Amino acid sequence: MAEFTLPKNSVVGKGKTVKADGATNTKPFHVYRWNPDDGENPKMDTFEVDMDTCGPMVLDALIKIKNEMDSSVTFRRSCREGVCGSCAMNINGKNGLACTTAIEDTKGDVAITPLPHQEIIKDLVPDLSNFYAQYASIKPWMQTQSPTPEKERLQSHEDREKLDGLYECILCACCSTSCPSYWWNDDKYLGPAVLLQSYRWLIDSRDDATGERLDDLEDPFRLYRCHTIMNCANACPKGLNPAKAIAEIKQMMVERQG
Amino acid sequence: MAQANRPLSPHLQVYRWAAPMAVSIIHRATGSALAFGAILLTWWLVALATGHDYFSIVQDYAGSWMGRLVLFGITFSLMQHLASGIRHLFMDMGRLYDLKINALTAKSTFVFSIVATLGIWYAAYKVMGVL
Repeated sequence: MAEFTLPKNSVVGKGKTVKADGATNTKPFHVYRWNPDDGENPKMDTFEVDMDTCGPMVLDALIKIKNEMDSSVTFRRSCREGVCGSCAMNINGKNGLACTTAIEDTKGDVAITPLPHQEIIKDLVPDLSNFYAQYASIKPWMQTQSPTPEKERLQSHEDREKLDGLYECILCACCSTSCPSYWWNDDKYLGPAVLLQSYRWLIDSRDDATGERLDDLEDPFRLYRCHTIMNCANACPKGLNPAKAIAEIKQMMVERQG
Repeated sequence: MAQANRPLSPHLQVYRWAAPMAVSIIHRATGSALAFGAILLTWWLVALATGHDYFSIVQDYAGSWMGRLVLFGITFSLMQHLASGIRHLFMDMGRLYDLKINALTAKSTFVFSIVATLGIWYAAYKVMGVL
């Protein structure tokens, strides 16, 4: 049964405010904090960041906060250009990558919380073990029956084009953790990211395991918990459409029944 | 390493509402309201079959301001559920996944249901000669 409220230990309190010394042009960043070592509830700390000396992206502000205001602020980041998916978080109520979200596009205060409905390891770092395990469960690699050719497995231009809008997925989990269906059933429902990946292999002309892959998804929860709420497609920082991919899988299910 | 008592990150508490998200939950809510409405309709039909005296009692209930409010709510639920149900049909066919079109159709379901509900009640009062 879905729990619409946060458990007692997860209710977010008010934290400290850190001002930028001598800065005139500041913008408040409210950042979710939780320390596994102090036994306290999560808090929202406010950092008034000097915009005159800050880079353009939300990630720049976070790095500035960590460098200059509080070195204990913890978050994941790596490529800072939307390729690695590490800095996925909820920014002003919408999931996205901190590195590709411009501060300029945010109005007023910026509230940053971790990816929604996840167990938190520290501050903005969620435990994505379940997400990765679900990804592994769809066998995200090419499965073939035909003998291995001498060179590569060929694919027509048309068949290759079917992978556009799918192969670009960076598995940042912005979509899955934006999905209310995934919030309530993340133990049984695979979620948009993993289903988009599943479709990426289902539609690949070189893969021979289409039947088995569909068999694995034929389940009341794994696939069919998608109720086309569309949060996934609206959240995707790469402009992909997991909801559409899921609709295509549902159509494949119907088509194979003949 | 010992697992601390890890908190759950905020979800509904922080997620920004968008029209498609609202249509989805309202589809569910109106569906539940219509199930309740179906029970009321059955009661009304049973009353009709029972006889004149009992039927007039039920009619009095239905005609009270409370009864009319419930009927108004059921009318809205039916219209909203119909509109978002049709939107769901198109989405089941793989249409309306373009983000702009999807948001537009989501908003359109509200426009339709509000206009249709008011229109039905206006027409009903007109026929009754109240307006």
